[in-house]
Amino acid sequence: MIRWLLIGVLAIGVVGTGVWGYQEHKEKNAILVQAENSYQRAFHDLTYQMELLHDKMGTVLAMNSQKQLSPQLADIWRLTSEAHNDVGQLPLVLLPFNKTEEFLANIGEFSYRTAIRDLNKKPLSDDEVSMLNKLYKQSAEIKNELRNVQHTVLDENLKWMDVELALATEDKSDNKIIDGFKTVEKNVQGYSEGDLGPMFTGATNENHEFRFVKGENMSEEEAKEKSKNIFSIPEGAKITMTKSGKGAEIPTYSLSYRGDGKNGYMDMTVKGGNPIDIMVDRKVNEQELSLYKGLNKAEEFLKKHKYNGMEAFQSSQYDNVGVYSFLYVQDEVRIYPDSMQVKVALDNGDILGLSAREFLRNHEERAFPKPALSEEKAKENVNPNVKIQEHHLALIENDLNEEVLCYEFVGTMGESTYRIFINAKDGTEEKVEKLKQSEMKFGQTT
Amino acid sequence: MKLIRIISIALLVVALFVSIPTSFNKETEAFSQRTVQKGATGDDVIELQARLQYIGFYNGNIDGVFGWGTYWALRNFQKDFGLKIDGLLGGETKQKLVAATKYDPQYVKQQIRSGKDFTYYGGVPKEIQTEDGAQPQDTQQKAEQGKQQAEEKSGATAVNIPSGYSQNDIQLMANAVHGEARGEPYVGKVAVAAVILNRVENTSFPNSVSGVIFEPRAFTAVADGQIWLTPDEESKEAVVDALNGWDPSGQAIYYFNPNTATSDWIWSRPQIKQIGKHIFAK
Repeated sequence: MIRWLLIGVLAIGVVGTGVWGYQEHKEKNAILVQAENSYQRAFHDLTYQMELLHDKMGTVLAMNSQKQLSPQLADIWRLTSEAHNDVGQLPLVLLPFNKTEEFLANIGEFSYRTAIRDLNKKPLSDDEVSMLNKLYKQSAEIKNELRNVQHTVLDENLKWMDVELALATEDKSDNKIIDGFKTVEKNVQGYSEGDLGPMFTGATNENHEFRFVKGENMSEEEAKEKSKNIFSIPEGAKITMTKSGKGAEIPTYSLSYRGDGKNGYMDMTVKGGNPIDIMVDRKVNEQELSLYKGLNKAEEFLKKHKYNGMEAFQSSQYDNVGVYSFLYVQDEVRIYPDSMQVKVALDNGDILGLSAREFLRNHEERAFPKPALSEEKAKENVNPNVKIQEHHLALIENDLNEEVLCYEFVGTMGESTYRIFINAKDGTEEKVEKLKQSEMKFGQTT
Repeated sequence: MKLIRIISIALLVVALFVSIPTSFNKETEAFSQRTVQKGATGDDVIELQARLQYIGFYNGNIDGVFGWGTYWALRNFQKDFGLKIDGLLGGETKQKLVAATKYDPQYVKQQIRSGKDFTYYGGVPKEIQTEDGAQPQDTQQKAEQGKQQAEEKSGATAVNIPSGYSQNDIQLMANAVHGEARGEPYVGKVAVAAVILNRVENTSFPNSVSGVIFEPRAFTAVADGQIWLTPDEESKEAVVDALNGWDPSGQAIYYFNPNTATSDWIWSRPQIKQIGKHIFAK
């Protein structure tokens, strides 16, 4: 009797486990299918977008009037951004696919610049047309390769989940999707970057030389000595030091120390010994200094290290820490590319950080012309609904990454504050920013 | 008779002397000694906003963050009262402002704690300046929640954030940084946050913070779910530093742990430096 009972219970157990297992299996499969489907959608979208892109570029080459060209170029720009988005949704990070993505970005940049230009005044130049021709041919090859991969995927029922698995396990020898994408990449790589000409500064705008880094190379000992001047290193703390590898855009020494409840870190250029980044990490106690006093500390610090002519243009308090942004001011012109950030502890006024990368990259004494427009004339180009409260002269980098001299107007419209840059030479509205610095704490008020 | 008069006069004089210092005391109670400037947060800013609103210069929320709205209101006040127009709340401006306005800290603080919308215009009865309590239960609950939070932190109901981002972006990035760089030195955390931002800027990666973080196979912490651990304060601070421009990674767009990296390709990237366990690369 007991034996039968036991068998019965066990049998129910076995069947129950089976049913449960089957349910789990079904759920897992459903999720896998869903993940697979979103990969598939991104992939098929991408091939479609590339086809469309290629066609549109073809029609642009045949068009002549601005009325037709501008919307078409804007459409190309939109397509590149969508295609780019699709690439971002595919598991391709560990696969070298960046050349293709750069190609997309380049077409995007080109079409954006030409779409916003008044083509009646300044039609496409011969260079630009030949560039477009080149891009058109490249896009044809990418499109064809992708269509090939797509055909194989559909024909052989290939799964993107397998790609993910293959990439994760390093076993990518015979995955056809991976091979296909590698071919696409190779084709794009075939066009050396030089082909695209100097027009495409967009992708490289961050990459120009560090203009302000000059002087002799420093030895490790010299760098260590210099760092002691900048850091206040606690007694007995040991400084560790490493030199940057070959991927660094500029050779640096990284120095760090630990001690007295503090961790300090600094990147210093080998050439000239300029600090790029300083960070001091420690517990910051109750606020004793106002944000205003903290600003004085930051200014003193910059003066002490011979960064003269810097002017604070923004300050923010985060808990008990003040963060200040400084700009270089030359002949009463605020030079926006030459910016620097300083972080000050508001408990005792210690300097907790410096970020001088932008300054070191861009700073030089510039020769700029007197503004051709009067301030009054420039003002006429500002939206009349904006009530102008402050104005300065400023040098900024515009959309095309050129440095332009502007009138900077800070004004209000309703409750909002705007910063508007008007080109001091021809009155172009170069940039309009809505200024926002704070946000309500979510989940606290209604 | 005479004696009574003398005594009463004497009493009056004494009362006058006693009352002067107390009223004087009251005034110094207002504002701390600090100079307050744009970007500051805290009780001085709440008082400044409330006082400016009392005489109609400031129409925004009394939220304890010295933003642009407060800045223009203060400058307009300085202009109308013949003060130096510098947008700073210093000694003279404080005196004039205190003399021209009244401030009821209890009322203002209580409204802030209760989390209700309110204003503080002079000459208007306070009862009609708060959200009416039609749903007493609801507001009471909120008041209690508000009180709990207000006790933990200062009275400010807003926070400074780096331009162009939201607290929620910071939270999402802090999640990723915590999942990826738990146990790393602070600098290593800032570097990881900086890599996320460098990718957003880079043409080969998606153009948004969320796009970069959730790109398939980009971050292991996303793939194995560690991103959903609750981030510590340090991760958030690291993210704010990165958003404010610090980049100890040296403009890297990749990083990996040499002990656990499975991909050969990642080793082929030009390396910049190592911070903690992570190697940062171009």
